Amino acid sequence: MGIGISLTVNGKAVAAEIDPRTLLVQFLRDNLLLTGTHIGCDTGQCGACTVHLDGRAVKSCNVLAAQAGGTTVVTIEGITPADGELHPMQAAFREHHGLQCGFCTPGMVMAAIDLVKHHPHPDEQTIRTGLDGNLCRCTGYHNIVKAVQSAAAAMAAERSSSPRQEVAS
Amino acid sequence: MSEAVIGKSVRRKEDKRFLTGSGQYTDDVTLPRQTCAYFLRSPHAHAVIRKIDTAAAQAAPGVVAVFTGDDLAAAKVGGLPCGWLITDVNGQPMKEPPHPPLAQGKVRYVGDTVACVIAETVYQAKDAAELIDVDYEVLPAVVRPDDAIKPGAPAVHDIAPDNVCYVWSHGDKVATDQAFEHAAHVTKLDFINNRLIPNAIEPRAAVAQYSRAEDSYTLHVANQNPHVERLLMTAFVLGLPEHKVRVIAPDVGGGFGSKIYLYAEETVITWASKQVGRPIKWTAERSESFLSDAHGRDHVTHAELALDNNGKFLAMRVRTTANLGAYLSTFASCIPTILYATLLAGQYTTPAIHCEVTGVFTNTSPVDAYRGAGRPEAAFVVERLVAAAARELGIDQADLRRRNFITEFPYQTPVGLTYDAGNFNATLDEAVKLADVAGFEMRRQEAERRGKLRGLGYSCYIEACGLAPSNLAGQLGARAGLFEAGEVRVHPTGSVTVFTGSHSHGQGHETTFAQVVADRLGIAVDSVDIVHGDTGRIPFGMGTYGSRSLAVGGAAIMKALDKIIAKGSKIAAHLLEAAEADIEYDHGTFRVAGTDRGKTIAEVAFAAYVPHNYPLGELEPGLDESAFYDPTNFTYPAGSHICEVEIDPETGVTRVVNFTAVDDFGRIINPMIVEGQVHGGLAQGIGQALLENGVYDTDSGQLVTGTYMDYAMPRADDLPSFKVDTQMTPCTHNPLGVKGCGEAGAIGAPPAVINAVIDALAPRGVTHIEMPATPERVWRALQTAKPSRAKAA
Amino acid sequence: MHAFEFQRPKDLKHAATLARKTENARLLAGGQSLLPTMRLRLASPDAMIDLGGLQELRGIRLEGTQLVIGAMTRHAEVAASKDVMMAIPALAHLAADIGDRQVRNMGTLGGSLANDDPAADYPAAVLGLGATVNTYKRAIPADKFFKGLYETALRSGEIIVSVSFPLVKRAAYAKFKNPASRFAIVGVFVSETAGNVRVAVTGAGAAGVFRAKDMEKKLAANFALEAIAKSRISPDKLTSDIHASAEYRSHLITVMAQRAVAAALVGK
Repeated sequence: MGIGISLTVNGKAVAAEIDPRTLLVQFLRDNLLLTGTHIGCDTGQCGACTVHLDGRAVKSCNVLAAQAGGTTVVTIEGITPADGELHPMQAAFREHHGLQCGFCTPGMVMAAIDLVKHHPHPDEQTIRTGLDGNLCRCTGYHNIVKAVQSAAAAMAAERSSSPRQEVAS
Repeated sequence: MSEAVIGKSVRRKEDKRFLTGSGQYTDDVTLPRQTCAYFLRSPHAHAVIRKIDTAAAQAAPGVVAVFTGDDLAAAKVGGLPCGWLITDVNGQPMKEPPHPPLAQGKVRYVGDTVACVIAETVYQAKDAAELIDVDYEVLPAVVRPDDAIKPGAPAVHDIAPDNVCYVWSHGDKVATDQAFEHAAHVTKLDFINNRLIPNAIEPRAAVAQYSRAEDSYTLHVANQNPHVERLLMTAFVLGLPEHKVRVIAPDVGGGFGSKIYLYAEETVITWASKQVGRPIKWTAERSESFLSDAHGRDHVTHAELALDNNGKFLAMRVRTTANLGAYLSTFASCIPTILYATLLAGQYTTPAIHCEVTGVFTNTSPVDAYRGAGRPEAAFVVERLVAAAARELGIDQADLRRRNFITEFPYQTPVGLTYDAGNFNATLDEAVKLADVAGFEMRRQEAERRGKLRGLGYSCYIEACGLAPSNLAGQLGARAGLFEAGEVRVHPTGSVTVFTGSHSHGQGHETTFAQVVADRLGIAVDSVDIVHGDTGRIPFGMGTYGSRSLAVGGAAIMKALDKIIAKGSKIAAHLLEAAEADIEYDHGTFRVAGTDRGKTIAEVAFAAYVPHNYPLGELEPGLDESAFYDPTNFTYPAGSHICEVEIDPETGVTRVVNFTAVDDFGRIINPMIVEGQVHGGLAQGIGQALLENGVYDTDSGQLVTGTYMDYAMPRADDLPSFKVDTQMTPCTHNPLGVKGCGEAGAIGAPPAVINAVIDALAPRGVTHIEMPATPERVWRALQTAKPSRAKAA
Repeated sequence: MHAFEFQRPKDLKHAATLARKTENARLLAGGQSLLPTMRLRLASPDAMIDLGGLQELRGIRLEGTQLVIGAMTRHAEVAASKDVMMAIPALAHLAADIGDRQVRNMGTLGGSLANDDPAADYPAAVLGLGATVNTYKRAIPADKFFKGLYETALRSGEIIVSVSFPLVKRAAYAKFKNPASRFAIVGVFVSETAGNVRVAVTGAGAAGVFRAKDMEKKLAANFALEAIAKSRISPDKLTSDIHASAEYRSHLITVMAQRAVAAALVGK
């Protein structure tokens, strides 16, 4: 009763035979060993499993792997530029101490990149409401907000200084 | 390298792996031939298990084994222990009912473990678990602590027919009662400290592996104190020698207390890994975490404060019924007693205090330490009483507190603690300034013009951290020591690995501890690596809870560093042909005092490992020292928090518009990390005050708030940005002068928020509201209150 | 999650055939409500028919006096659509506040309506605007579509193709969110066309989304806050749970209705 799926993950074509009930997050973690995407809940609230699916932030625990057939998926492992430096959002989280235990962090970073894509110059309220799909139990969000604001500025500067396409999705 | 690293916001060494998805949490560990476990849990709050039929499950696809309580009993697997003995008012030990890892004969709360299914995949284990036929005889259940002690309440355990685990008291009852008789004013409050569900975002998880070759076990587990986990599991439950069990707590995604304890799941799979001869992984789903992680708080309290005509506190009387849940979790018994009543003096000179606590069993998840653990409950009692007294007497909130502040140290409280240092006026003064209390009235009027109610609330808390002097803890019933261990290994070329018994699950020890070591040795932070969370690599450890890591674990490392420098001085004296007494250690170099002759620590270390020119007759080779540190007192972080809320009277919605926290944590190693700890604590404290509530249905005993659909976790837009600052009086009795900062926010925030809500509603005649102050509760309070402007302070 | 078979039809006709012929099948749109329900094993279909491949179910277009939105159009697309912003801005605002960022990126209009969660937002808009739900077979007016908790006029296997929203003079939606789930504890959608006012309430009704007829009458006579200040929905018809009693919901309906009217008046 397995079904075949093929999709692109972090720039690589992947194909597999899976149980139809495999969630996208299970496929990423168990089949591809991309364990940076985490599972924090079973009702679609916490956002720790956030990845980009065809450029949109989605909760990979709330998508069947089979639904993602033919799509392009980017995970936390796929946003670091080839030179090994951190993505501006990752760098800002480090600089502003926007993470503690690190468990919600990959999902938070992926959601924040999506947020900045739609709001290139977000104010504090836009960031706070824009992160409504992600729970963090450690930081009280204070430094996450600062990090996203700073990353947005860095990403805007990057866009204006180089006409190259944006890093990752 | 001579730049000071103490007090600098060094960016965290651990961040890169977390930010790139390279962290290694327990569920990320996958072993060859691994199987998966799923636990069948009780759907009933209270029931007799008449029969369990596992035949169909055993035969289901992919199933490797199915175990029940009978299997564990037959294998003589013991019950989960409680680590603290409380002696009741009659001198009797508390009631300690057995807590089998898989239920035997009876289930006592929804989520109680009934059977463990081990299969090739999680789905197969879950599918098979549905085929287990359990014949339950459902019994009446009781979930509220005050209901549990009513006559005729269902008995959770046969050995405690009245559901009372202990009645415990603390303080001088006679002196307290006398003071109340002569008081000019008495303030009385009744309130609930609401049940909280910890919700670290990483659910609990474990991977157990048995090696037939070595007859030994390796357990990866999301845990805050792997050595304690090992001690409890081997000595009390599985009857294994400790050296045959290695416990690894790798990256752990938050704990907040909930990962201190020895739980049924990891115990069962460790035992079962030998039975099935294959590794076993278990990872909780969030709905299992809600049911089975130890919860926090859940007190019902009556409290009274006696004052004289000048607003001086004369005495405090507190009666608390504390919900312990269905079984005694690892430290359950000491939280509402030792860590609660001893803090009731707060920051004040109240001369007489008496507290009586009834710990009761109910058909709910076990209750244990959750961020703050006893101290938030105590601070809530004290700061709600003080705020209410100020309001009743028409005295300014800050003024009444200042009139009663302890100002001389050391100070012996009437509840058994000796505060070594503090400056409560300094934190309050700074908080008042930072919160712009002077401008509040203008802001209140502006809000009023918009139809909104504004309020300001104070909380001046103190906590006891840095657990703890082992001898004192032992006298109070602790069944374990509370020291910490550390080892410093200077490698031949001068880089350093530190092995600490503390455990980091978000606190940033890899950075802060490296700063401590780098500063003491005068080397670069990047030359120091911190290893934690592995009983196979670290000498010993008591782990991380109670804001103890730097105060106790850091102190152990400091002691080991002293030994390194002492031995290094001997080696350097030999190499420099100088007297040992003339060797000074200065920023990475052992120097002959008054000269420019010296050897760097790298040179000394190299000589220690390549001892060609070395005093082998007097000194062992190598430069690797370990130390144990047992503190002589608790540390006493304290602070003043001021919360400003705005309430929409139409809907009852409360928004925290400003939150100011000025804390005294003693010496600070990394301000950035300390501020982050405060932020997180505040979020949990504000969550308790406004959002979070663990609710069981009183009839069925079902957990009503069993998912994020019903348990309201604070999100980014529920919170403001915080104003955080510190004042500093160093701790007098540990080598770093540090006090601890992890729990402050969760302790200080709840009373500050509730006091602010009451302040906002007081002009409309509201004097009381329970936590969480939900919109409906606020709206109802406004509907039923009688406006009495005269009474509002 | 229990085991199931997975089908991904390429066109609507194929999907309709599969839906008709497969026993105990569920249609999968965005899956944002269905998948969590299945993970908690509260729903266990034997087959899933994924509508994700059906391009003909997507898109937003203006057709005369109707705004037609394909059933598989995601909330984020509705929220960001210039056409929706021009035609019925209240609908764009509503879509922008459904669930959270990630849910809006997956969840669909059709999925939300077919699920008919009593606390979902879209049912309020569909009923509050008097929209028409177009299925593969027929057009169902909003007033006939919602039948109760998680119950609609859809027959087994019937696929929603699009929803036609009539253009209105003004409209607005005001929501009081559940602090945990962020679904509506009370959501009120108000719209006005020439002489006709509709007020639809979600989140509160014991039998799902409903129209507040008394408010409609009063607002038709005078589209102003004070017109409905004293209009109350009896708590007898409302839900009580740990987040809000029926009495509080009753109060909130009036408050949210007034806020919606206020927003409609300033054209937000």
